[in-house]
Amino acid sequence: MINQYPLWKYLLLLVAVVMGSLYSLPNIYGEDPSVQISHRISSVDNETQSKIEVALSIKDVKAKSYKIEQGRLLVRFNSEDDQLKAADIIKATLNREHIIALNLAPATPQWLRNLGARPMYLGLDLRGGVHFLMEVDMVSAIARQIDDLTAETRSFLRGEKIRYLGITQSTNTMSIKFRNAEDRSNAQSAMDKEFDGLRFEEADKDGTFLLAHLTEQAIRDEEKAALQQNITTLRNRVNELGVAEPVIQQQGTNRIVVQLPGVQDTARAKEILGATATLEFRLTEGNYSDWTNAQNTGRAPLGSRLYHERNGDPVLLKRRIIVTGDQINDAASTIDSQSGTPAVSIRLDSKGAKRMGEITSDHIGDPMAVVFIENKVETKTVNGKTIKVRRTIEEVINIATIRGAFSKNFQITGLDSTEARDLALLLRAGALRAPVEIIEERTVGPSLGQDNIDKGFNSVVLGFVAVLIFMILYYKVFGLVANIALTMNLVLIFAVLSMLQATLTLPGIAGIVLTVGMAVDANVLIFERIREEIRNGNSPQASIHAGYAKALSTITDANITTLLAAIVLFSFGTGPIKGFAITLSIGILTSMFTAIVGTRAMINLIYGNRNISKISI
Amino acid sequence: MQIFSKKLDIDFMGKRKLSMVFSILLVLGSIGSLATKGLNLGIDFTGGYLIEVSYKESADLKAIRATLKDNSFGDAQVQHFGTSKDVLVRLAPREDSNQATISDKIFKVLQQQSTDVTMRRVEFVGPQVGEELREQGGMAMLIALFGILIYVSFRFQIKSALGAIFALVHDVIITLGVFSVIQMAFDLSVLAAILAVIGYSLNDTVVVLDRIRESFKGIRKKTPKEIINISINSTLSRTVITSLTTLLVLTALFYYGGEVIHGFAFALIVGVLVGTYSSIYIASSTLMAMNITKQDFLEQIKEDKELDEIP
Repeated sequence: MINQYPLWKYLLLLVAVVMGSLYSLPNIYGEDPSVQISHRISSVDNETQSKIEVALSIKDVKAKSYKIEQGRLLVRFNSEDDQLKAADIIKATLNREHIIALNLAPATPQWLRNLGARPMYLGLDLRGGVHFLMEVDMVSAIARQIDDLTAETRSFLRGEKIRYLGITQSTNTMSIKFRNAEDRSNAQSAMDKEFDGLRFEEADKDGTFLLAHLTEQAIRDEEKAALQQNITTLRNRVNELGVAEPVIQQQGTNRIVVQLPGVQDTARAKEILGATATLEFRLTEGNYSDWTNAQNTGRAPLGSRLYHERNGDPVLLKRRIIVTGDQINDAASTIDSQSGTPAVSIRLDSKGAKRMGEITSDHIGDPMAVVFIENKVETKTVNGKTIKVRRTIEEVINIATIRGAFSKNFQITGLDSTEARDLALLLRAGALRAPVEIIEERTVGPSLGQDNIDKGFNSVVLGFVAVLIFMILYYKVFGLVANIALTMNLVLIFAVLSMLQATLTLPGIAGIVLTVGMAVDANVLIFERIREEIRNGNSPQASIHAGYAKALSTITDANITTLLAAIVLFSFGTGPIKGFAITLSIGILTSMFTAIVGTRAMINLIYGNRNISKISI
Repeated sequence: MQIFSKKLDIDFMGKRKLSMVFSILLVLGSIGSLATKGLNLGIDFTGGYLIEVSYKESADLKAIRATLKDNSFGDAQVQHFGTSKDVLVRLAPREDSNQATISDKIFKVLQQQSTDVTMRRVEFVGPQVGEELREQGGMAMLIALFGILIYVSFRFQIKSALGAIFALVHDVIITLGVFSVIQMAFDLSVLAAILAVIGYSLNDTVVVLDRIRESFKGIRKKTPKEIINISINSTLSRTVITSLTTLLVLTALFYYGGEVIHGFAFALIVGVLVGTYSSIYIASSTLMAMNITKQDFLEQIKEDKELDEIP
């Protein structure tokens, strides 16, 4: 007898249906508004939890549940109102060592979570948030590398007692001028041993020069390091901003993608992420008349440099730096108790503290300056060409007399309150190794996100129902079977998306809608074939058999070609296109399974293994 | 229920000259429009700013334009988006210092003009990114077409593959042409739609080609023209029904999917309509024009037999 399926095929289908249902189930539970608390260095403990519990109960805010997972505490609430109130209370209760972020936590029941079932991850266009694409300015990174090398070379040659006349630098080359060829060859052999990543070349035009080029490998290494350090710094900064589930990823060789779900204040996010601000502490040189003198002549005495205060007044500072921003361990914005103005309290690391202690105890009564440094990259279009302009802003924000020796902890003033807050954050998170520039931004507000979910959902349902009605009218029992398969297909798509934890976006939903329309194609092909066989006078059983058999290669060819297009879409894809390609590809694969194996199993159950004279098609 | 209840016998190939003229006119018209008017490229490809805001009451575009002009954003395009309460502001890339903050500035200006404005969406695409997307988009289209050419010539033979590619190029050019004529915004999602059209139209064409191949192998004593006619007729109801169900869901997407997905749905609707027509006419007409014979499929029949004999 034809049109019978072996048992294992039914079992396979059953397993697919059960698994599909289980793993797509988490998506219908929605999300709880919650607050996520993590500790900057260590993990959150039970003590912190009970502290929060007490604080919340005093203010009469009810939490739905508390849970510590992977060192982070997640407190769920019944409403967004409670969530926002609680976040403020928790912020006031805990110290700065804690990071508090608002979050939407999936409300998946525990038994499903035990199975590893999680809901789909919603893209930024559905949940609202910011997407930045940032480009790391590698030219600056290399220039900085050359800067550092120049400084090292100076002290190295001094240490080796090799005399040189001067060092100048260009993009990725230092040129060192010597008095004679003998000094040069000494320097070259000494430097060759000391410095990796330099390639030497002699040049004898207008003097005896040694050119030290950065090797290709050294440049590549530096670029890699700059990218990695920037990613780390950006991650720290994002944590400081209190964003739950951020995405910070490398893209290509010089770009970083930053995605911040739920962030509304994009202006502040941009400022913080792109900021390169740092501090330097230096002693002043000479007195006020020396400073104005230097301003007028444009010449600074040996070992010093001319800076300006915020009001434009000139000031001479010693070239030797006491402490740089890298040596700052912690910083917090505060109010200076004496003057009542905004201040940043600073804690140095041990090396910085030691140095600060030595200098301040030697220079009691001398003024010390705080220099605020910011690197900016600006893109300009000149005559149709895009060029980058790099600027370094160095301002003296504060000059204060050293009243007594201090080392580890101290305060600086001279900033307004926003600046103090941002500077403290930046100092805590660490500096960017090279400036970054935002070259793409996509922000979706929360109202639009919800709209997109609603509209996407509506159009899936509408299109789906329309196809269901059409199929049942047109193919009757076979149409019903196709409809069950189509429903199963949707469930499977959601299950696979949830299992892969793929990101669902609006174009992704469009892909699902399109799949619904195209998934019935396989069934249409099969059913039309069966009708044709019946018209040719074949028996119903033989027609069903021939219909499925003959349509198979056509369906495979047709789907593989569509899959090819989807794969091209995926590999080309930036965000929105990728989402569409993913759902389309998954839809094609699952639909082939449900439309061929699924419907056949049902048809066999209905019509198989018995004598029939007529089928409802 | 059946749309075509009896066995069909329409002489499609008899009217192929007419369809050729029709297609050539459409393609030439599309190319003409693309050459003169071009596409209304969205900021994804040109670079620039796009800010969508929403007001509680219906928005006064004139006042918004005036405010923007006063704040040196006179070159901004301001228009309603979907409803009269939603407004879209578009701006070309600026030769300004800090490009990424322009959108914030514009929103601040809009907030000064009216306090009940809420931000819906901000997009900024730097000129360098736009240029890359333009290049990658063109590349993606070419790679898709090339991959398909290889697959189809591997599965069928070169004449069928050329027929399929002709049909695809035909569909893509006409869909682009429609976007050029009505100057609808062409952004990344529309490009995705066009690549999906390639997939869909090919799906359709492959079904017809598959049947043509089957008929050439199975039917004796008929001319190629008759065989192609029979094949198209026997796949016609499937072609129409699948297009119908796809159009059903696309209509749902077009009307209920929201403004953001509008261009995407529209491109697919145009593509499906053109693709349905092309899968009936273009691929098969190409086969006729290249004088396809049973001989062309014979080689493959032999190969298939050899394959069948492998246990």
